[in-house]
Amino acid sequence: MIEPIAKPRRKNPLLRTRLPTSPPRARSRASHGFTRAAAEGRFMLQRCGACETFCYPARDACPTCLSADLVFTDAPRRGTLLSETTLHIPADVHFRERAPWRVGLVAMDCGPKLVTHLHADCEEGKSVVMSFQLDKSGQAVAFAHPERETSNMADDRQWREMTADPKFRRALVTNGRSIVGQEVVAALKAAGASIVFVGVAEPWKPFRGEDTLRALEGVEIVPLDIGDEKSVADLAADIGGKVDILVNTTEHVRSGGLLDRQGTSVVRDEIDQTYLGFVHLAQAFGPAMRMRGSDGVNSAAAWVNILSVYALANWPMFGAYSASQAAALSLSHSLRAELRPGGVKVVNVFTGPLDIEWFQTVPPPKVAPRVVANSIVSALKRGLEDVFVGDVAEDIRQRLAANPKAVERELGA
Amino acid sequence: MDSNSLMQFAGAVASGAVRVVDLTFTLSPDFPVIVLPPEFGQAAPVRIQQISRYDASGPAWYWNNLTFGEHTGTHFDAPIHWFTGKDLPNNSVDTLPVRDMIAPACVIDCSAQAAKDADFLLTIPIVEAWEKSHGRIPERHWVLLRTDWSKKGWRDYANLKDDGAHTPGPDAAVMRWLVEERGVIGFGTETIGTDAGQAGHLDPPYPAHHFLHGGGRYGLQCLCNLDQLPPTGAVIVAAPLKIQNGSGSPLRVLALVPGQG
Repeated sequence: MIEPIAKPRRKNPLLRTRLPTSPPRARSRASHGFTRAAAEGRFMLQRCGACETFCYPARDACPTCLSADLVFTDAPRRGTLLSETTLHIPADVHFRERAPWRVGLVAMDCGPKLVTHLHADCEEGKSVVMSFQLDKSGQAVAFAHPERETSNMADDRQWREMTADPKFRRALVTNGRSIVGQEVVAALKAAGASIVFVGVAEPWKPFRGEDTLRALEGVEIVPLDIGDEKSVADLAADIGGKVDILVNTTEHVRSGGLLDRQGTSVVRDEIDQTYLGFVHLAQAFGPAMRMRGSDGVNSAAAWVNILSVYALANWPMFGAYSASQAAALSLSHSLRAELRPGGVKVVNVFTGPLDIEWFQTVPPPKVAPRVVANSIVSALKRGLEDVFVGDVAEDIRQRLAANPKAVERELGA
Repeated sequence: MDSNSLMQFAGAVASGAVRVVDLTFTLSPDFPVIVLPPEFGQAAPVRIQQISRYDASGPAWYWNNLTFGEHTGTHFDAPIHWFTGKDLPNNSVDTLPVRDMIAPACVIDCSAQAAKDADFLLTIPIVEAWEKSHGRIPERHWVLLRTDWSKKGWRDYANLKDDGAHTPGPDAAVMRWLVEERGVIGFGTETIGTDAGQAGHLDPPYPAHHFLHGGGRYGLQCLCNLDQLPPTGAVIVAAPLKIQNGSGSPLRVLALVPGQG
């Protein structure tokens, strides 16, 4: 039984803000199979291609038959908690600050035994459901959940270390002019965010949904033009110390590739909005977020990018746009590495064409803005890092894994 | 004119006997720019990107890189800006005669009408009524339309609705008449363009651009402080940047006004 977390009080300005610390980071190359699983919210174990045995931890040869044919595959999540241990005075600085900390040994129904972090409602001898999570060092760890939903389950202290739950956190949504931005605001509020700052560029231009946005409680419209370095820096000067979750909802979609566009002004706009806007935001908000990774219940927790899945493979019909998205994707990996010392996650949400005006002539399936918003909140609550929303994004991912050259030809057909 | 008179003039500026009024908005990223449908190319907004400010990037100096479109902030329109003026000689900001950059102005105060009607249009009868009080508009004078629009907040200033901008400007007949019958050197407004917000629906569309630039004349827009100018007697100094083949440029617009004593 978990006590619900309380809304954090205002900080005592006489106290130093605690600096983030990281749990142990070293992993073998093989064990990054778990990192991938954790990033996507999958539960994967190595399975021997020869004798079909599941094994754990990551190995280079099957412990049963010594075959090197070990493949990470989705595995059944159920197991039994054999034993639990509470660490009261861990030697590691990160866990010492968080003690007491519970870990346990779980016997999986599919065979292997896992040393795992424990949700407080897991009981010895009872069934548990396993997941892999990214901890504050960005590395995969096993996490055991009670088999059934328990009250205030998401408020578990150890679980919250693995996630970026919006509850009681303060968020910045960078573009409130777009439908996606407005849906993200609503979804974050519904998920319990204490305040959502919403950036609006060129406030002298009216926009659809403005009245509804202004009427929302706990939503504050702020001037933010991410293409303008000073505008971003000015906003960070005001609220940079209280942005726990930043959702970059920049949306600058224009069709066309290279040859049928005259001049470079459209390309330049794409770069300004998508790439330089990202740079401005990261430089203005990133350092404070990294520094505030352990700042209590409303610590800085996550940076979310909404990216086109065509960042992964160019779609020539939207060729220059795809390239700008690829640039943002590459930046996101740099940002992820740079925010990692703070324990702040970078969540990339990949979507196919959205159901918005700029994809008007694209046939369905298209992703509804609300679905994107809900996927973001779900990813934050589950602590994911890479999310593929909708059929098109999932399709591209699978085809890329199978044959990237085929994807290139097919998208350019 | 002898050098004595020129020195007298300089002395009058220094003493305040000639007052210098700044008709220019500060060039800043948050000043509204013209909005076209998104499928057209857009004016780059004003961006001020710091190179250094007495810091590691430049320990003793402060400077910025600037980007902006030719038609941002308080700006000048050259004849080459519009198709009607595209074949005229010396039609760009780098080639237009420098003597045109200093010229007297007639200021027509329509602030009362504009306050009542955002779509107010200047007409020939209104200008004729003005001429009854202040005399015929002489050739090679600027005509500046005072609406007090520059005193509004940015949202009301741009005044964008779902059917476009609603801001005052001239009608088609008066523009043709000012150019052809009065020989004005140019036309200036406080609003985002020399034309009214709804001028795309006039005949011809955007008559200020059409007739001014077709006649080799100039436009000034986003002016402020027109309320500090007398109806006649002010001299406008408007020297656009010398941009190669430029269609216009942000600039500092000054008015020289007879001072108090």
